[in-house]
Amino acid sequence: MRREVNAGDVVFRGVTMTFAAVIVAVLIVVAIALAVGSKETIVSDGFKFLTSTDWNPVDGRESFGALQFVWGTLLTSFLALVIAVPVSLGVAVFLAELAPDWLRAPISFVVELLAAVPSVIYGLWGLFVLRPIIIKTVAPGGNSVVLASIVLAIMVLPTISSVSREVLRAVPNVLREGALALGATRWEMLRTVILPYAKSGITGAIILGLGRALGETMAVTMLIGNDKTQMVTSIFAPASTMASIIANEYPEANGKQLSALTEIGLLLFVLTLALNIVARLLVWRVGRLPGGAVRA
Amino acid sequence: MLQRILGVAATAVFLVACKGGDSSSGGASSASPGSGGSAPAGDVSLNGSGASFPQPLYAKWIEAYQGQEKRIKINYQSVGSGAGIKNISDKTVDFGASDAPMSDEQLGKAGGKIIHVPTTLGAVVLTYNVPGAPDHLQLTPEVVSGIFLGEITTWNDPKIASLNANAKLPAQKIGVVYRSDGSGTTAVFTDYLSKASAPFKDKVGSGTSVKWLVGTGANKNDGVAAQIKSTPGAFGYVELAFALQTKQPVVVLKNKAGKFVEPTLDAITAAAAGAAAKMPEDLRISITDAEGDTAYPISAFTYILVYEESTDAAKAQALASFLWWGIHEGQKLGPPLHYAPLPAEVVTKAEARLKLLKGAGKPLLAGK
Repeated sequence: MRREVNAGDVVFRGVTMTFAAVIVAVLIVVAIALAVGSKETIVSDGFKFLTSTDWNPVDGRESFGALQFVWGTLLTSFLALVIAVPVSLGVAVFLAELAPDWLRAPISFVVELLAAVPSVIYGLWGLFVLRPIIIKTVAPGGNSVVLASIVLAIMVLPTISSVSREVLRAVPNVLREGALALGATRWEMLRTVILPYAKSGITGAIILGLGRALGETMAVTMLIGNDKTQMVTSIFAPASTMASIIANEYPEANGKQLSALTEIGLLLFVLTLALNIVARLLVWRVGRLPGGAVRA
Repeated sequence: MLQRILGVAATAVFLVACKGGDSSSGGASSASPGSGGSAPAGDVSLNGSGASFPQPLYAKWIEAYQGQEKRIKINYQSVGSGAGIKNISDKTVDFGASDAPMSDEQLGKAGGKIIHVPTTLGAVVLTYNVPGAPDHLQLTPEVVSGIFLGEITTWNDPKIASLNANAKLPAQKIGVVYRSDGSGTTAVFTDYLSKASAPFKDKVGSGTSVKWLVGTGANKNDGVAAQIKSTPGAFGYVELAFALQTKQPVVVLKNKAGKFVEPTLDAITAAAAGAAAKMPEDLRISITDAEGDTAYPISAFTYILVYEESTDAAKAQALASFLWWGIHEGQKLGPPLHYAPLPAEVVTKAEARLKLLKGAGKPLLAGK
């Protein structure tokens, strides 16, 4: 009897292991495909691709510099984090430390619901609700870095707040009790004991949010204004990101332009991958601290 | 216990089968029960992809054609001309579609001899939002190029005023709007300006996306149309249908013959007729800046791309018959959707191309 169970287990293990291997294989295949697809511009343009801002896909006068797109991506993502991090941490602290039990579940649910809204909906909301407000207040042109960043901030908020909440919940209760017993107020307990303990886990959460912001395509393309000509110096001006230039030009691209767009894809892939690895390492570090088991 | 093992194994087999089942030809024939893979009388499924400009017309064609040929199923994905050319070159579809004809280099990379079949005609129009201006401002290519190069910056510039003696034009800045996404519309428009204006050819050139010197980008035709409609002083280019649908004023443009021509379907067909005499045998031609007194100068063909020879006779026959139908009966479906029908000269030339199509070595339209 036991032997037969084992036979089933073996098959099952084989099947699931195949699936796990498929994921890894897909990742590798994607990387190889991107590298092969961008060979032409990697060879011909080399590092100029990363240092020039001259993007001109016209036949015969091709020039592919992607610096302004890297800059646009970093600028929008950074700005989104500046807006999202304080709010997300506030939400996380409230949910983990301060909220009464009956309020905790509904608020968590609503915050996580934000993550389930498709990005095209955020794009439309930005276009029809936020854009008129931005036009009246800060950027008369409407579509701009700031508009894209605000919407991005809302999109990364659930990622950062839910991971941070888990990290805070993993702080051992003895630390809380100790701080309170020493006469700390709730705020002092948070600031001097809990946040320092959860610091690297929260950093991990922020980097996960950053990863989402870097790759966001649909909403950003709809809102950022798609100026491809320069590195923007004002957040109230239109710009382009790595994801938006690919979305804009890929369908009609051919030849060298296709290779250049693929190279941007490769760049974005490497950037996102690196950030995710860093985030994982940080979250694991928190898990290894004494008494701090983290489910993130 | 054995049952469980079988269950797991069956699941695995099922999953493997799913993974392998996306080859383009296998799906349809094996899905219809009782029909053998190569039975000539079975259902035929054709897949195409490419240009988004003719998508509404192709959708109408497919609906009408499937209505009369029950055994033929046609899918068309509007993924963009560039992707359409790539797909037909890689043979992942049965037909491709592109606004611009394929270049010699692209034809060289394709997996066989490709035939260009012109299917309909479109036009790019200039539209504007100038308070107090008439519905049909008259402009010359030199002025349009000057605006897009940033040399003419206000609406009351003497170069514009002298062409529109009766219009009262404000001292407003011209807000140029261009397509931020790569598009056939941009390709046709910049191709025209590069022919009609030497400075534009020199400074910008032509392509599906170019490096603009002034203006702001908007996404897709509807984005450009919306931005122009909502921004006083704006000036930009869209496909004819979008200007007509949003009832925006359109520019009456001076053509090569020196006549000012309003963009109408007749004027677009006239441009194609004017260019027909010069059409090369393979029908790859740009008809922007065409000859003829009544020709609207920013007109263009859009093409369906098919391989001259196909090994799957049933599919090839269905595709050839569909295209033959398209360049004849299908033309009547164009005007209500703002597509200009092909002129008779071009239909004759397209017929000659379609007659070259062969399935499994045999001509497909020999009886026509």
